[in-house]
This record gives sequence, structure tokens and C-alpha cells, in this order.
Amino acid sequence: MSCMNDTHVIKVEAAASLTHNVQPLLHEIRHALARLLDDGGHTVIDLRSLPLAPGEEELLLDELGQGEVYARLHALGPTEVVETRYAGVWVVVHFNNDNEVIGKTIEICDIPELLRSQQEDIRQGLEQLQTQLLEAST
Amino acid sequence: MSKDETLGEALRRQGITRRGFLKFCAATASMMALPPSMVPAIAAALEKARRPSVIWLSFQECTGCTESLTRSHSPTVEGLIFDAISLDYHHTLQAAAGSAAEAAREAAMEENYGKYLLIVDGSIPLANPGYSTIAGISNLAMLEETAKGAAAVVSMGSCAAFGGIPKARPNPTGAVSVGDIVKDKPIINVPGCPPIPVVITGVLAHFLTFGTLPELDALGRPKAYYGQSIHDRCYRRPFYDKGKFANTFDDEGAKKGWCLYKLGCKGPTTYNACATTKWNEGTGFPIEAGHPCLGCSEPDFWDGGGFYKAISTPTGDVSKAAVYAIGAGAAAGLALGAMNRARRDKAVGEHEKVNIDDLEKGD
Repeated sequence: MSCMNDTHVIKVEAAASLTHNVQPLLHEIRHALARLLDDGGHTVIDLRSLPLAPGEEELLLDELGQGEVYARLHALGPTEVVETRYAGVWVVVHFNNDNEVIGKTIEICDIPELLRSQQEDIRQGLEQLQTQLLEAST
Repeated sequence: MSKDETLGEALRRQGITRRGFLKFCAATASMMALPPSMVPAIAAALEKARRPSVIWLSFQECTGCTESLTRSHSPTVEGLIFDAISLDYHHTLQAAAGSAAEAAREAAMEENYGKYLLIVDGSIPLANPGYSTIAGISNLAMLEETAKGAAAVVSMGSCAAFGGIPKARPNPTGAVSVGDIVKDKPIINVPGCPPIPVVITGVLAHFLTFGTLPELDALGRPKAYYGQSIHDRCYRRPFYDKGKFANTFDDEGAKKGWCLYKLGCKGPTTYNACATTKWNEGTGFPIEAGHPCLGCSEPDFWDGGGFYKAISTPTGDVSKAAVYAIGAGAAAGLALGAMNRARRDKAVGEHEKVNIDDLEKGD
């Protein structure tokens, strides 16, 4: 995608948008993004809890597009974390080991929490590295 | 996982990272229909949760609820919910049979008296105890005995919650619901024929996370899943509001995906999470496949006057009633809902049978 600096015109076609929920969702994301700049507050929108007609979720995700970051992590099955063309707006999709979708959220934050290394895991990593070095030196 | 171990300890022992645990909590929040902002609270509670004992009794049922449950038991995240409980008795799923199975139930009851969660699917026959027995014990006796030591009872599926299909007229076995028998325990009704898998898991996750019962509606159903009607959350609702209806299964309206109200859709009087949670890993729900809602999570849905008969024909034109509903907002919508309920109750009273003619009638 090379639209990072282009002005992207959002055109939600009325005929395709049956529940008319796509446009309000985009506005909700706009408000959340303004809040992120304002006080650093994070927002998470759970897509499973919203009534969307067939095709509307795809329409929403198309409008958000893809930006610079695509990350795939493996923790209890794969999770895809994609930054959209709007920096600070992320689409996070959780899968189980059968590749079935078990959760889909839009997260408005500087970085989704799941991408950060967690304190407990860092501590465990340090212990493992120390043990390994100790074993290698004896 | 030993009974004294917390869920956090058990997950770490299984080599699950903190990141994996956070993902588990995010999926659990979504499953419990809680806002994503609750994830930190869920993580803190689940970290410390201890494994509750669960006894599952199956009475007059078709095993559809268990089929639905096992569909939610896919590997990893939802599976962890089941690792996190101790399912001590379930006669369809357990390896033990006969007296060994009953011994497992009695042992679990004794060991966890006052603390175990009792899940029941199926209705209880009162006309003759011999209609349904397990190991020679009548359903009524087993329910009364097992409910005594339970912390709470979950009525899984429409049969346990409301009597369901066994109770449909003329109710040959004298079937009743769990709530008709058990009066001194908190009961959570999780109706549906069957309930949505993720709703089953979500209710268990709530009990596991908070150790309490979720908020319930007037029919004892968790509001998180049964708080809104199918109609109010239906993606075809805008067509209802515009008065655009399918009149047969192959007319222009049906092909264009218009509202199925006139084809007997029970969406306006049915409270369930199908329209948002959906079925088959979120693929769709009956209305999305072009079929009206049968209202399977409501009491006496089988005797509701015919699956393909419109629940009410408001005086005058349906589209006019819908226009009033838009004008007056929610209040008119509620009134229409009440009118539909009254109509359904009347139909139940008259016991209109479903036959092939119903399928052929326009409304």
C-alpha cells in the first residue's frame, strides 16, 4: 500500500451497507484516535458484539486498509496484528490451533498489549538464559 | 491440574506464556460478552481461580446440547475453560459406566458438597418415573439428590430451562423443567435448541472468573446473551422498518434478503445472541441462511402456533405499524413486542398444530 500520504476518501456505498453500522463505526474509531492523541487512552472494539450484515465487516476492514506493520504471533494458536492505513488503528484477529477465528477486535492504541514482551515472560527468559550459560560453562 | 492449584499456576505449569494467558483472557471477555476494557479484571480473577467441580445430568433430551458443548471444546483457548473445570460426571462423555459412573457422581458430591456446579440438560418426566431413568434411578430422584449439595444449577437448553420439546402438547411424559422441581437453589437458564456453544462456555467462564452468577432476566437467562431480541439485532431489521418483506421462500423479497417476518420469523419475541454471536465459528445464523427464526430459546416454542405463521398481524398493514414504531421510537417497538407475545400466548392456548398447510400460507 502506498496510500500513507494520500488522502483517502471514504466511500461507503449505501446499497452495500445494509445495517448502516459501518459509517458510525468509522466515526467511533475517529473519536478513539483523537482520544489517543489527547490523553493516551486506549480503546478496544469487539467486532463480535456488533450486528453487521454479510459483507459489512469486509467493507469496514477494506476501508481501514493495511499500513506498515503486519505481525503474526504464536501464543495458544496464531494471532494476527495488523496496523491499518491509519497509524494507531490496529486490527487484531485471534485464531485457535484449528485456524478458527475466536476473537476479532479493532484496537486504537500506540501498540497492542499482546505485542509487548510481558514482565513474567521476560523474567522467565532471563532465568532460562542464565541456566543455559551456567550449564555451558561447567 | 490438582484441585488446589490456581488456574494461573496450572497454565504456567503447562508452559503457557503470559502473552498466551492475555490472549486467553481477551477471548474469554469476548465469550462472556463483556467489554474489552474488562480484560485486566478478568486476567486478575482467572489467575487466582480454583478449579470448580461440575456434575452434568442428562434427562429427557436428545444430546444436542452436549453436541453443541463439544463444538465449543475446540483446542486451545475455549478448551482451557474445560481444563479449568473438573467435569466429574457426564454419562455421555465420561469413560466410566454403570455403577462406577454413579460412584464418580457420589464421590464428587461428597468431596465438593455445597460448592459444585450442577448442569442439567433435558426435562424431568413426572407422569411415570419409569419413563426416564439412569442406573435405575428416576430423573426426579437424581435431580433432587444432586441439587441438594450444588452451589448453583445451570439448566442447559430449552428442555431443562422450560420443558422444551418433551413438554410440547400433549406432553405424554408429564415433562417439567428443572425450575419446577428445584426451588431452593440459584438457577441459570441457558435455553436454546441447542444453546450457542460460546454461550455455554461463556456462562461457565463467568462462574469460573467471578465465582458468581451472571445478571439474569425475568426468565432466569443471562442478560449478556439474552438481553436483546433477535429482531433488534438482526441485520435484516432495516427492511422491516421499511416494510419490505419476503412473502414466500422464492419471491423477489426472499432473493433480495428482505425481512422474514411474514414467513413466520419469531425474531421479535425471541431473546438470544444468534444475530451477533452467530453459529459455526461465526459463519452465520438461520436468518442469514434465509430461514425465519423458530424462537427456540423461548418457553413453549414448539406450541407457538406454527413456525411459518407470522406471529402477529398488527391491525392494518405491517409496514404501517413499522412506520409508527420508527416515529414513536422504542416504546412503540416494545408495544409491538408485547402484542406479539400476547398473540403467541393465545396461539399456545389454542394449540394450533403445524401442518403442511401452514407452510403454504402466505401469513
